[in-house]
Amino acid sequence: MNTPSNLQYAKSDEWFDPATGAVGISDYAQNQLSDIVFVELLVDEGEEVTVGKAIASVESVKASSEIYAPAAGKVSAVNKGLSDKPETLNSDPYGEGWMIKIEGGAAGDVMDAAAYEKYCEGRSH
Amino acid sequence: MATVIEPTIFELSTPGRRGVKMPASDVPTTALPPNHLLRSDLPLPELAEVDVVRHYMKLSKFNYSVDDGFYPLGSCTMKYNPKINEDTCRYTGFLYTHPLQPIETVQGNLALMFEMQEWLKEISGFPGVTLQPAAGAHGEFTGVLMMAAYHKSRGDLKRTKMLIPDAAHGTNPASVGMLGFTVITIPSDSRGNVDLKALEAACDDTIVGMMLTNPNTLGMFDENIEKVVQMVKDCGGLMYGDGANLNALLGIVRPGDLGFDVMHFNLHKTFSVPHGGGGPGSGPVGVSQRLVDFLPSPLVGIVEEDDDDTAPLYGFVTPKNSIGRMKAFHGHFGGGLVRAYTYIAMHGPDGLKDISQYAVLNANYLQARLRNTYHVPYDRICMHEFVMEGQFEGSDIRALDIAKRLMDYNFHPPTNYFPLIVHEALMIEPTETENKDTLDRFADALIKIADEAKREPELLHEAPHITPFGRMDEVKAARELVLCCWLPENYETMA
Amino acid sequence: MTYIPISPAERDAMLKTVGVKSLDDLFDAIPKNHRFPELNLPPALTEMEAAAHLGEMASSNENVREHLVSFLGAGAYHHYVPAVVDHMLRRGEFYTAYTPYQPEISQGTLQAIFEYQSLMATLTGMELSNASHYDGATATAEAVNLAYAQFRGKRKKIVMSPTVHPQYREVIRTYSQGMGLEEAGDEPTSSELSPEALTSLIDESTMLVVVQYPDFFGRIHDYTKLIEDAHAKGALVCIVANPTALLMLKTPGEMGADIVVGEAQPFGIPLWYGGPYLGFFTTKKSYVHKMAGRLVGETVDSRGQRAYVLTLTAREQHIKRERATSNICTNQGLLALAAAVYMSTLGKSGLQEVANLCYQKAHYAASELSKIDGFGLCYPDPFFHEFVLCTPKPASEVNQYLLDNGILGGYDLGKDYPDMQNHLLVAVTEMNSKDEIDTLVEILQEMK
Repeated sequence: MNTPSNLQYAKSDEWFDPATGAVGISDYAQNQLSDIVFVELLVDEGEEVTVGKAIASVESVKASSEIYAPAAGKVSAVNKGLSDKPETLNSDPYGEGWMIKIEGGAAGDVMDAAAYEKYCEGRSH
Repeated sequence: MATVIEPTIFELSTPGRRGVKMPASDVPTTALPPNHLLRSDLPLPELAEVDVVRHYMKLSKFNYSVDDGFYPLGSCTMKYNPKINEDTCRYTGFLYTHPLQPIETVQGNLALMFEMQEWLKEISGFPGVTLQPAAGAHGEFTGVLMMAAYHKSRGDLKRTKMLIPDAAHGTNPASVGMLGFTVITIPSDSRGNVDLKALEAACDDTIVGMMLTNPNTLGMFDENIEKVVQMVKDCGGLMYGDGANLNALLGIVRPGDLGFDVMHFNLHKTFSVPHGGGGPGSGPVGVSQRLVDFLPSPLVGIVEEDDDDTAPLYGFVTPKNSIGRMKAFHGHFGGGLVRAYTYIAMHGPDGLKDISQYAVLNANYLQARLRNTYHVPYDRICMHEFVMEGQFEGSDIRALDIAKRLMDYNFHPPTNYFPLIVHEALMIEPTETENKDTLDRFADALIKIADEAKREPELLHEAPHITPFGRMDEVKAARELVLCCWLPENYETMA
Repeated sequence: MTYIPISPAERDAMLKTVGVKSLDDLFDAIPKNHRFPELNLPPALTEMEAAAHLGEMASSNENVREHLVSFLGAGAYHHYVPAVVDHMLRRGEFYTAYTPYQPEISQGTLQAIFEYQSLMATLTGMELSNASHYDGATATAEAVNLAYAQFRGKRKKIVMSPTVHPQYREVIRTYSQGMGLEEAGDEPTSSELSPEALTSLIDESTMLVVVQYPDFFGRIHDYTKLIEDAHAKGALVCIVANPTALLMLKTPGEMGADIVVGEAQPFGIPLWYGGPYLGFFTTKKSYVHKMAGRLVGETVDSRGQRAYVLTLTAREQHIKRERATSNICTNQGLLALAAAVYMSTLGKSGLQEVANLCYQKAHYAASELSKIDGFGLCYPDPFFHEFVLCTPKPASEVNQYLLDNGILGGYDLGKDYPDMQNHLLVAVTEMNSKDEIDTLVEILQEMK
């Protein structure tokens, strides 16, 4: 499981980069969902989001999940190309698989990488 | 390149071949509409009749069906479909009547529908029944619409939450979602009953009601059912019963008597309408007194009473506060109602009770034969189905592997991975139409598979072996999304 | 015990294995005061008696094959069904199977649905079709669900032509009760019936425009301009189409429609007093994730063989639960097979002959009927196999007169459109001979 230490993680498996405001789903989450075949971003640029607001909907071969904002603020960018290449969420969840950027984002209830890893291990059984 | 076992009907086409011909026109010719209103091409297959027959015959042999063998798919009630039903539903008088004919010309159809309403009321204990819904999920949506309309008619607009147990079918929350209500999930307790403490905490004056499958998807009849119904009613909620599992209750108990307000029937499960490879189904709905005015329109009623000389005149009536029409015309008359009517007529009250008693006996017999080999997490007398775990301590064999291996023993697998509250669930519903020999062979096969899982796990991982097709690449199907074997010529430009 | 194959001795052995004494002991969990109710139902019939009883009920109807000559359509049509169709439907391998959840042993159903999808997409000129819906009305309601999901509830207006089938409009109103939609155009007045009149109702809040083709009055409109106008406002357009007419007419796909739905009963499914029928649903690839219903896609199996599976299932209720576009689970599997076999057996030429016969006979009937004193065609527009006849008396009286003479007349439009009491919707198919049409004309000539 890949868990970059510069990121913060929500219990619902989103990551948040406090440096850039970028948001995505964790390696653990993409692995649980398995092969992702559809992603729909539910927010537009310029929109204000609150912590816990649904920002995307993801469907894999076997499962479906909503993705929630781990931070509050104004959406400054959305990754428009993602819907054409949903498999990017599997192959590069922390890079090309970013979903939106939240400007001046104030993170909600998030964990650091070590705490998140421990949290994921606890769920594997 | 993939090997093609049977080409598609498009690939079998050759320009100029003819199937069934139509007669020549016997009227003077009229010019066609102007060119700009006509299609430029009709790129449909061209085959001889014999080739069409052989194609679909070949396809039919790739299917496993109830007519082929044991099909213990939990919650789907894959019972034998009597052949007489196939004849009665095709009687000329049923096949060739138009849904908009004047009622005087279709009294036979209307009498059948009227009686069917009455019979379903008697079987379920509800004072009102609609035959209109096309399938179980459609009936469920009908029921939830009526629940919403009931509260709305009382000005009780704060009710927006629906209580749904964790073992429920996915259609329950989806029906609720279609009305914009919120789902509150209620857990099950260790005996497979609704957790009463959780229910008590969730019951307040903001609930629309509760949707409960009883027996539930674990095959358990809720031992506290009367208490559950009372708690929901005490806070002003309505009680929805999912009738998917009605095959356990015919002549055993009537949901209406237990205090339910709505229930959909699945005529294709309980009353032997064939499943047709996924439809058509038929999903009539029964309701309690407080909901009868909200039933969809129209219902079949008596529009002129009978007297000594004449029979009653059946026709259509509209309930006072009807939610409206759920589909065009009157429900799945021919393929659904006539078959189910034939079935009920041939059983009578005692025959219906036999159905449920033997469905429950068969399930309990299988459970008894398998419980020492497979873990049964909710182990008590079950109703018409039971759930066991398809996994073994220290083995990487999963329910899916067991399901696929069963195909090699010429059985259809049980429902797997449902209900979600059991790990690696295998949900087994034998139905009453299987004999003891079949049940024994099935139990023997599962016991043998458990042994294979220990000694030759690869046999399971790679199963099925004897079927014409192996396991599928589902990721490829979803990623490449080829949904059509023939694209219109202008496909590129249509984007 | 009609279909229960267990002997008393076997029953007793099984009860012993279970560990109970009697069948009744299996039901201790049921509240005692409600256990084993007496059901007041007629006693069981044997197969022979049931066949006779059902036979009597069936023959107490007047049917359009033996008793009545029919000119009634309005959403359900009397067409010839080639013998092959029912022979294939009677294969137990097809009709006693369930939804193809286990693709290794369901390739028959899966490939048949894939072919059905391909046939319908070709017919409508669209990119893809789902595995079908309950009927034409509910398929149309699912188009509303798609549009609602596509705009994520941000657009809430639908513009619906009053010449969409009245029952389909009713079903949409029922389905959308919880959505808080604004509906425009859906008024049973005869004044604003043209596609042009609808354009003015479309605005930036419109999610979907629904029109019928040919419309409920049988008229053929080219909706290309309407669709352009709707797209300019960002709205989607759904065309409710008659599949027989599509065998001849410009496809909705060519017009630019986003969704094409309809009732495929004319393709090999008997009238059956209204059901079960077959709702078809076709659309563009870009909307596939918001489309409800089952979908079959091509893939390969572990042995490298081409095969088919249910795909994109995570859109559906069993996974997406309350967030799914619709709660639908089943399709009309067996009837989708009927439509596929119908289209394959008649083939391109046979289907073109069906369409041409419908067109020719309807136009002959229209021409002869409009020669009768006091009768005439209500609209000058082109039509396919259904048209509105203006009658000198209320259409209900004309129909009664025809019924007395063994003819099932047309559909009385006054039932749904209060201003149209003297409007009769007449349908003519390949089943109507010239003699039947001439008889209809003669009888109406004699009507006082």
